[in-house]
Amino acid sequence: MNKAKVTNSPNLKASFRGPWTLLKKELLRFWRVAFQTVAAPVITALLYLLIFAHVLEGHVQVYNGIPYTAFLIPGLIMMSVLQNAFANSSSSLIQSKVMGNLVFVLLTPLTHFQFFAAFLCAAIIRGLVVGLGIYLVAMWFVDIHMANPLLILAFALLGSALLGTCGIIAGIWADRFDQMAAFQNFIIMPLSFLSGVFYSIHSLPPFWQKLSQLNPFFYMIDGFRYGFFGKGDISPLISLSIVGASFLVLALITLKMLKSGYKLRA
Amino acid sequence: MLIVCGPYFFEPTKVILKSPYFQALNMNPAIKINGIHKNFGSLHALKGIDLTIEQGEFFALLGPNGAGKSTLISILAGLIKPSAGDISVMGFDVVNQYQQARQLLGVVPQELVFDPFFNVREMLRFQAGYFGRGRENDAWVDEILEGLGLADKAHTNMRKLSGGMKRRALIAQALAHKPPVIVLDEPTAGVDVELRQMLWEFIKKLNREGHTIILTTHYLEEAETLCSRVGMMKQGEIVALDSTANLLNKFAGKKLRLTLGDVSLPDSIQSLLRHQEDGIFTFALSDMVQIEFVLSALRAANIKVIDMQLSEADLEDVFLSLVGKSS
Repeated sequence: MNKAKVTNSPNLKASFRGPWTLLKKELLRFWRVAFQTVAAPVITALLYLLIFAHVLEGHVQVYNGIPYTAFLIPGLIMMSVLQNAFANSSSSLIQSKVMGNLVFVLLTPLTHFQFFAAFLCAAIIRGLVVGLGIYLVAMWFVDIHMANPLLILAFALLGSALLGTCGIIAGIWADRFDQMAAFQNFIIMPLSFLSGVFYSIHSLPPFWQKLSQLNPFFYMIDGFRYGFFGKGDISPLISLSIVGASFLVLALITLKMLKSGYKLRA
Repeated sequence: MLIVCGPYFFEPTKVILKSPYFQALNMNPAIKINGIHKNFGSLHALKGIDLTIEQGEFFALLGPNGAGKSTLISILAGLIKPSAGDISVMGFDVVNQYQQARQLLGVVPQELVFDPFFNVREMLRFQAGYFGRGRENDAWVDEILEGLGLADKAHTNMRKLSGGMKRRALIAQALAHKPPVIVLDEPTAGVDVELRQMLWEFIKKLNREGHTIILTTHYLEEAETLCSRVGMMKQGEIVALDSTANLLNKFAGKKLRLTLGDVSLPDSIQSLLRHQEDGIFTFALSDMVQIEFVLSALRAANIKVIDMQLSEADLEDVFLSLVGKSS
């Protein structure tokens, strides 16, 4: 009896090729529809910028010496980074589940960690691409200085990682598009809009200030903004610790879900 | 040194002797199933399946809808977890050594699923890439495209393909990493004769080259023509497991089809009756002697034979006699 010839001996490079292929596919997936996934959120953020800056410039006092339009831009960038990181992993997973083509990935030898890493990196990259797009266009309107670029990068990376992980959890949990829409509209949107993107929480009454501090998005927006102006509502190190710890906790939960095959393997 | 990746990115733990490529040279069965049970709530879908399929076999797994074939294949592929028992692919457990097992396995899912973002060639490259195959695999991808009649559709987006073409692409995806063990779950459901012929020529060629083929199908004549061994499932159990030739000899023999009209058969030949419809009665006979037995019983009951056909029984007769109803 013949035996099938098995070609291509495995090596370390081949071991990395699996997750790299999944990442490449996820990147191409959103890049193929870049009008929808990159251009549209950039335009939306600019519309917010134009409208809010026009209405509120000169009427709202935020940080001393910082015009409202300049204050608004980092918040809008970070909000878009977070929303798009979430959208990337969540929409990819729910589409693949509903259409049934997730089976092509589930049949492969990819580990749960490799699966997580590929979806996470794609979400981070989409978030950063959208954020960079908004920054570059916003530069036409206001010249904003970066006080601490490393802090900006750290919050952008950790924030998009946190929301990318939330997107993976939502994508695994949801069985239908309306469940995903509920997750997005009742959790992600309110938290991102009520996080201090459009205002400093110091302008709020004390009760709402306290409530805002329970919102994890507040720390991501405030820390990111601190990187631009060197000032914020709370210490950036506290924000970074809270965001980092939240990411680690959610990443561990996600890995556990993937390892157990929750909602993916019966 | 040959290394395969451990469960995590940075944990290349297994060395050459544990490599699936090394193990592929051993004499382990292609598939070994030991006491597999699967419960879905109160439903006992698989009731202790034991089955061994040797390397190089062309094996048919048959059974009516709901017999448990697809559940068994899903456990083999790692899509469903077994409630008890274990399955190995060329010696690798599909749960504890899933990376190695899946490297050796190509499964064509029954559902016609596709990714609408990419064209056929891109999908095949991605699929091979998940298994660690790079550009060096392109020649094999070309061979699959040619063998399945997809070459002129290589750059067509998946969503623009017809149903038959999507089915071909689905089969191509399962073969993209050139697995030594190939599972085809209803690969010809709803496809035209041309594709079926093309597909079987290609699959037969792979089998001749040494690939193990496991097939589930509702087209029993396909199983009879192609497969050297058959397993039949009913209600979560294997009710027959033998070579196709032995099953045909053991269970069927001859098939006598008599047109008798609206009559009542004598009790003495009721046990030989397999099927009755519109005055046509089909009897399963073990040998030629039984023909005279049936005819004399009819003569004694004054029943006139209007028409008579005698043929060799086929796998469908075996299937009906074991499973009791058509798939």
